[in-house]
Amino acid sequence: MKVVVCVKQIPDPATPYTLEEGTNWLVRPSEQVLDDTDRYGVEMGLQLAQANEGTVTLVSMGPAGNNQGVRQALAMGADKAILIDDSELRGSDALTTSRVLAAAIKEEGFDLVIAGTESTDGYSGVVPQMIAELLDSPALTYATKVETGDGSVTIHRQTIAGYDVVEAPLPAVVSVTAGVVEPRYPTFKGIMDAKKKPVENKTLADLGVEASVNQKVTEIKDAPERSAGEKIEDEGEAHLKIVALLEERKVL
Amino acid sequence: MASVWVFVQEENNAPSTLGLELLTKARSLGDVTAIYLGEGGDEALAMLGTHGASKVLHANAGDALPSAPVSAALAEMVATESPDLILLGQAYTDRDVAGRLAARLGVGVLSNASDVRLGNGGVETDHEIFGGSQIAVATSSDSPAIVLMRPKSIPAEPGDGGAPEVSTLELPEAGASAAKVTESHVEEREGPQLADAAVVVSGGRGLGSAEAFEMIEKLGKQLGAATGATRAIVDSGWVPYAKQVGQTGKTVKPDIYIAAGISGAMQHLVGMKDSKTIIAINKDPDAPIFSIADLGVVGDVHKVLPKLIEALESR
Repeated sequence: MKVVVCVKQIPDPATPYTLEEGTNWLVRPSEQVLDDTDRYGVEMGLQLAQANEGTVTLVSMGPAGNNQGVRQALAMGADKAILIDDSELRGSDALTTSRVLAAAIKEEGFDLVIAGTESTDGYSGVVPQMIAELLDSPALTYATKVETGDGSVTIHRQTIAGYDVVEAPLPAVVSVTAGVVEPRYPTFKGIMDAKKKPVENKTLADLGVEASVNQKVTEIKDAPERSAGEKIEDEGEAHLKIVALLEERKVL
Repeated sequence: MASVWVFVQEENNAPSTLGLELLTKARSLGDVTAIYLGEGGDEALAMLGTHGASKVLHANAGDALPSAPVSAALAEMVATESPDLILLGQAYTDRDVAGRLAARLGVGVLSNASDVRLGNGGVETDHEIFGGSQIAVATSSDSPAIVLMRPKSIPAEPGDGGAPEVSTLELPEAGASAAKVTESHVEEREGPQLADAAVVVSGGRGLGSAEAFEMIEKLGKQLGAATGATRAIVDSGWVPYAKQVGQTGKTVKPDIYIAAGISGAMQHLVGMKDSKTIIAINKDPDAPIFSIADLGVVGDVHKVLPKLIEALESR
């Protein structure tokens, strides 16, 4: 089984994000990390590939920098990576991103595409669905559990009330929520091996995709500020303050 | 007059609250057609009218996962009807339909909008960024523009609309490769729903362990509250994803929000900062959560929460 996992390298969420003057694009340092959400997709892909004698190929779009994020995913055990880093792609919207990823996936060939439900830095939340449409495949989304059977895939799809069981024949696209599986930590051997694994670089021209974006951020303004109220140090009696406020607000 | 299409999903035999919010917004922008997905009883359809839809396109996907057939049918309608704007919610099936439809039409999607305006030559949207401290204004020249609006961006209010003109949106035959819903499970849940609760008690990484979330549950029960969580502890597997409050989880606007052991990452703040009263308990005096808390307690949740629970117990 050929599993392709979409991954994204993002600025470390522990550091404050800033926007570039003029374009309002997110500033991306050369050292980025693997989006935490993608670790679930990579782990799911590795487990399904192992169960079905398959391979896991990573596909990633964006400024590669030192490529640390993709190496993290390779260190978990993925076999190889395809990277599309093209300056023309700066400021891409979800559609262009999806066109690029779908083109790379199509070229690679696939039985199952796995992606997170949304990235941590952009969170448009529609890329897996767009990729599915462009690949003319079913999109089984928001999976909290994934199983493959004889030429088919079955998931538990998160709903407002609980979950639905959704089934489709392969090839298919699945988006996974955090918690679908417990992601492994790379081993020392994994990290060393990752350095030797193939990373294929592609451009827009290689894929025959044109970047066209009809959206732009025209203005950044301050939101109406919410001011802080009282701040107290707990010296053993702070809970009484909370009780008093709950009484005042008629919750008690 | 601008033509606005609004995607509304059925929930418990009625239009979802999110759908009604979208209709409320849409009727201030132009003539509204509701794309209604569900059984579509008379009362439900009438509600779409009172909330602003002059027309309803009713679709029932049966046991097919709706996104593929609905977006295929809508793409055909768009070609003949040319709406200016298609409005959907930042919600599971809405996102699926928006993504597929946009890719089919070759247009973009403006996600996570908190407001939408129609102006000369396109659509303009507001997006809360950096935990809601700033607003990015975006424009799109796509036609139609497809916008996903965050839940609770505007309250749902009935207007003076009459009975809508209802027609059926014929869905294409689900092919052999279509996704099917074979079972639906409702998870047993005690107490109020997170999205609608008047009081929400949430826990974060400061709890230290999955077991400590029991304190949150206990306090929640005492206050008749729903319980929530940060992405960090959902990702750690301490609590299910359904409890996640924030950018990639649920948006809540309760009367009281108690944040215990939550530092206030941007991702979390955007989902709860519009709560009427915020009470925060955290060890770190510099935690960002304190900048929006009405009552901030700098202290250890393992000391404050047991005392609070005991004080409420003895009442």
